[in-house]
Amino acid sequence: MLILPANKGFLFFKNMEQNEADKSDELKEYVIQEYDVIEPDITKWPIYQLSARRYEFIEEVKRASLEKSLQHFKGSNLLSDELARTVYQERIRITQNPWKADAEDEKEFWGDIKNELVQVSRIDDAPARNEEEKKLAQNIISRYANEIAGTFDDSIYRFAKVAIPFGISRLLNSTVGKNFKQKLSQQFGIRDRVIFEGDIDTIRELSKQHTVVIVPTHISNLDSMVIGWAIQEIGLPAFIYGAGLNLFGIKLLAFFMNKLGAYKVDRRKKNQLYLETLKTYSELAVHSGCHSLFFPGGTRSRSGGIEKHLKLGLLGTALDAQYMNYVNHGDVAKKMIIVPVVMNYHFVLEAPNLIEEHLKRTGREFYLMEKPDSLSTSTKMARFIFKFLTQTSRLYLSFAPCMDLFGNRVDKYGVSYDNNNRVVDVQKYFVSDGILKDDQQRNAQYVKMLGDVIVERYFKYNIVMTSQLVAFTAFEMIKKNFKRLDVFGILRLPPEDTILPADEFMKTCERLRDRLLQMNKEEKIKLTHTMHKSIEHIVERGLQQVGLYHDRRPLARKKNGDIMSPDLKLLYFYHNRLEGYGLEKFV
Amino acid sequence: MSENKIIGVVGTGNFGVALANLIAENHEVMLYARRPEVVEQIRVTREFAKQKVNASIIATNSLQEVAERCTLIFPVIPSAFFSEMLDNLSPFLHPDHILIHGTKGFYVKLKEEEKLEDLHSLSRDRIQTMSELIREKTVVVRVGCLSGPNLAAELALHLPAGTVIASPFNEVIRIGRKTLRSDRLQVFGTHDITGVELAGVMKNIVAIGSGAVTGLEIGENARALFISRAFNELIRIGTALGGDVKAFLGLAGIGDIIATASSRFSRNYTVGLRLAAGENLQRILETSDEVAEGINTVRITKLLADHYKVKAPITNIIYRVLFHDLSVSNAVDYLMKYQFDRDVDFL
Repeated sequence: MLILPANKGFLFFKNMEQNEADKSDELKEYVIQEYDVIEPDITKWPIYQLSARRYEFIEEVKRASLEKSLQHFKGSNLLSDELARTVYQERIRITQNPWKADAEDEKEFWGDIKNELVQVSRIDDAPARNEEEKKLAQNIISRYANEIAGTFDDSIYRFAKVAIPFGISRLLNSTVGKNFKQKLSQQFGIRDRVIFEGDIDTIRELSKQHTVVIVPTHISNLDSMVIGWAIQEIGLPAFIYGAGLNLFGIKLLAFFMNKLGAYKVDRRKKNQLYLETLKTYSELAVHSGCHSLFFPGGTRSRSGGIEKHLKLGLLGTALDAQYMNYVNHGDVAKKMIIVPVVMNYHFVLEAPNLIEEHLKRTGREFYLMEKPDSLSTSTKMARFIFKFLTQTSRLYLSFAPCMDLFGNRVDKYGVSYDNNNRVVDVQKYFVSDGILKDDQQRNAQYVKMLGDVIVERYFKYNIVMTSQLVAFTAFEMIKKNFKRLDVFGILRLPPEDTILPADEFMKTCERLRDRLLQMNKEEKIKLTHTMHKSIEHIVERGLQQVGLYHDRRPLARKKNGDIMSPDLKLLYFYHNRLEGYGLEKFV
Repeated sequence: MSENKIIGVVGTGNFGVALANLIAENHEVMLYARRPEVVEQIRVTREFAKQKVNASIIATNSLQEVAERCTLIFPVIPSAFFSEMLDNLSPFLHPDHILIHGTKGFYVKLKEEEKLEDLHSLSRDRIQTMSELIREKTVVVRVGCLSGPNLAAELALHLPAGTVIASPFNEVIRIGRKTLRSDRLQVFGTHDITGVELAGVMKNIVAIGSGAVTGLEIGENARALFISRAFNELIRIGTALGGDVKAFLGLAGIGDIIATASSRFSRNYTVGLRLAAGENLQRILETSDEVAEGINTVRITKLLADHYKVKAPITNIIYRVLFHDLSVSNAVDYLMKYQFDRDVDFL
C-alpha cells in the first residue's frame, strides 16, 4: 500500500515551479490518505502520564540502575575498580572531548568524586568501604539519570505542531520572491515531499493495545525530525526517543527536544554505570507503555550504506521490558511491536562530511582528510533545515511490516504468526522448563538475533530510487575500468578518467534495473514507481536528482551526452546504498 | 529440565537407538520411528538396529505425541529426510522447545525441477546446515547440534566416549549436558554451532577417502599423508563457508576424523573400502541398508569449492571416483603428482 498523507485526502504537490512537471509523474500514482489522531486527549498518552510522574519515575530508574549495577559488580573490588575506571574515563572526556551540551559543573563534579574515591580507598574495614563505594555509585548514577531523562510538555507539543508548518510557510514566503507567494499556501511543508510506504493501519491499530518500538535507519540529522513528524502525521501519540547529546548543544533544537520526550544518549560515555542507567531508563519507560523510537545503528551511517551492524543495547531494553510485561501480566501482557523503517533521500546534505569520516575510519595513512564542516550551531542547523525545506526533493519512508521481538509477523490484533502462518505464543520464548525464566545469556542471544532480523528487513524494505541506481552503476563501471585500483585509488582519479560513454551507461543501468525488477518480484527489495518506467526516463531522473544540491555534483552529463563524476567521493556515498545486494555482478 | 521430563529422540538409525538407550539410563525416553512396523517391532522384540532397546523407552510413530510430551527433542535422522520431518513436526512445536540434532549433512535449497546433479556450483546461501533448517522451518530458536566421535556401535557396547554440544545458548548446552552426561560419556560445549556443523558434515569426505586409501593397502604413511592433507583442505573450504578453524580442531573435527577415518564401524569409511575393492557407487548404494551421508556431502562440497574458487584437489578426486568411475589407484596417482604447497596454511 502506498500512502502519502495530505489534507483531507486530495492530491496536492506544490513546489518550486521548475520541478512541477518532474514531480507530477512521480506522484500521481501515490494514493493519498489522511490519518486522524488516534487519541485526541493528550493526557491519556503514556508519554504524558510518564512525564506527569517524572520525579518518581527518575527515582525508580536510579533505584533499578543501582541495583543492577551492584549485581553486576558483585565480588571483591569489582565495584571499586569500575568506579576508578569511570572517574578516569570521565575526566579524560571532559578535557579531551568536551561538548556544548555538557553540564557546566562537570569538572567540579568529577573532581569531587575523584577525591571522595581516594578517601574511600583508605578505609581499611571492607564492609564500611563497600558501603561508601555504593554511595559513590549512587551519586554517579543519580547524575546520569537526571541527565538522560527527558520530559513531555503537552503545551509545547501543541505549539510545535502548529508552529512548525506555520514557520515553514513564513520562511518560504519571505524568501522565495513575490511570484511564488500565492502558490505557497500554508499547507506547504514537508508533507508533500515525504512518501510513506508500508502498512500504516496495522501500526496504528497496534499502538492502541501494545507498545510500538520504531527502529529506523540513520543517515542524516534530519532523520529524527522527519520520523518524529511522520509519527505525528500518522496519528500516533508522541514517542520517547533517544537523541544524541551532541544535538542538545544546538539551543533551538534542545528546547524542543527536551520537552517532546527526547532522552539524551551520550556515545562518549561507555562506562557500565552509564550504560546501565541509560538502558534502565529506556526499559522502564517502554515497560510503562511508552512507544519508543531510536536508531539502532547508534549513529549516522558514514558510508551512506544501510546499517549492517546494530548497537544492541537499547534493543535489549525492549526485550527486558517484554519479559517484565509477561512476568507482571501473563497472557494479557502488552507486546513489544518492532517496526524497522528505511529512510531514503536523493540528497543528503551532510554527505561530504559523512563520507570523509567513513574514509578516514576505513582508510590508510595516505588518505588525507579534508576539514569537515559540522552542524554544530543553531545558525548552521537553521540553514540546513531551510535548505532541506526549500530544495530537497522527494524522500521515502518505508515501514517494514510489524513484527514481534523474534521477527514473527504480527497482525493488527497483536497476534504473532510464524513463516507457515501458525500462531506463535511469544511468551514461550521466555519459558524454560514450564516457567518464565530470566536468562541473561539467552536474552543476549535473542537480541543478537533481533538485530540480524532488523538488518535483513532494512535490506528487504529499502526503496531503491533512480538516483541510487545511477550512482551505483556509474561507480561500479568506473571501478571496472580500473580493476587494479582499490577504492582509495579510484577516489583519487581525475575527473577526466571518470567519463562513461552515454550508450554503455544506459545499457548497464538497464541491466541493473532489470535485475532490481527481478529482485522486487522475489520480494527482496522495493522500488519507487519511477523505477518501472522507461530506462531513458529513469536515467534522466536519476542524474537530475542524485545529490542535487551539492556544490559539486556526484554525476553530471557532458555536452556530448557522456556521463562523468565531478565528485567521486559523493558518488561513492550514494552508490553505497545499494551495496550488499550482489548487484556488482551485473555491471 | 526436571528429572521426570520425557526426552524425545527422532530417528531409529544406529545412532538414534544408541542415543535413546544412553539417555534412557537416567530419563524417560520417547523414540520416534517413521514406519509403524518399526514401532511395532520395538514394542514386541525390544530390539532394533542391531541393538537392544531399553525397556523404559516408549516407541511411537506420532510426531505430535513427541512434541506434546517432550520439550527436549534430539532429531537424528539422515539429512535427506530432515526437511520433510520438520514439515511434519513443525505444527506441534512451540518457542519453548529445544532441538539438539545429530545429523551430519547439508540441505540444498533446490528450485522446482532442479537437480543437484545438474548444478555447476553452489553458494553458501543455497545450502543450509540442519540447525539453519530448523530455524527456518520451525518457531524453535533454542537449537543445538550434537557432534563428535560417536560411533553408534561403540556407544551401544557401553564404551567410553566424548561428544560436543554446540549452541549459541548456554541453556541448551547445559540441558543437553545434563541429559547425556554419564560416567562413560564426556560432554563438551561450544557456542560455535556453524563451525561444529560444518566440521561434522565435511569430515565424512575424509572418512570415505581414508577408507579408499586403506583399502588399497599402500601403507600407514600414505594414509597419514592423505588424512592430514584432506583435513587441511576441508578447513580451507569450511572457513570459506564461514566456519571457525577452532571447531575443526576440536572433537567435532579432528576428533571425529580420527574415529571415522580408521573404523569399520563408520559407514563412510566402509564406502571407501568398497570403492578400493573395485565396487562402483551404484552397487554400494544398492547393497547398503543405511545412508552414508558422505556421498552427498562430496558432491555438495565440490560445488561449494567451485563456487568459492577454493583449491580442493582431494574433494574433486573423490568426487570423480564416486561419480565418474575413476579408479582409486588412479586417484592416488593423481594426488601424488599434484603440486601441494605449504604444509599448514590455515593458522
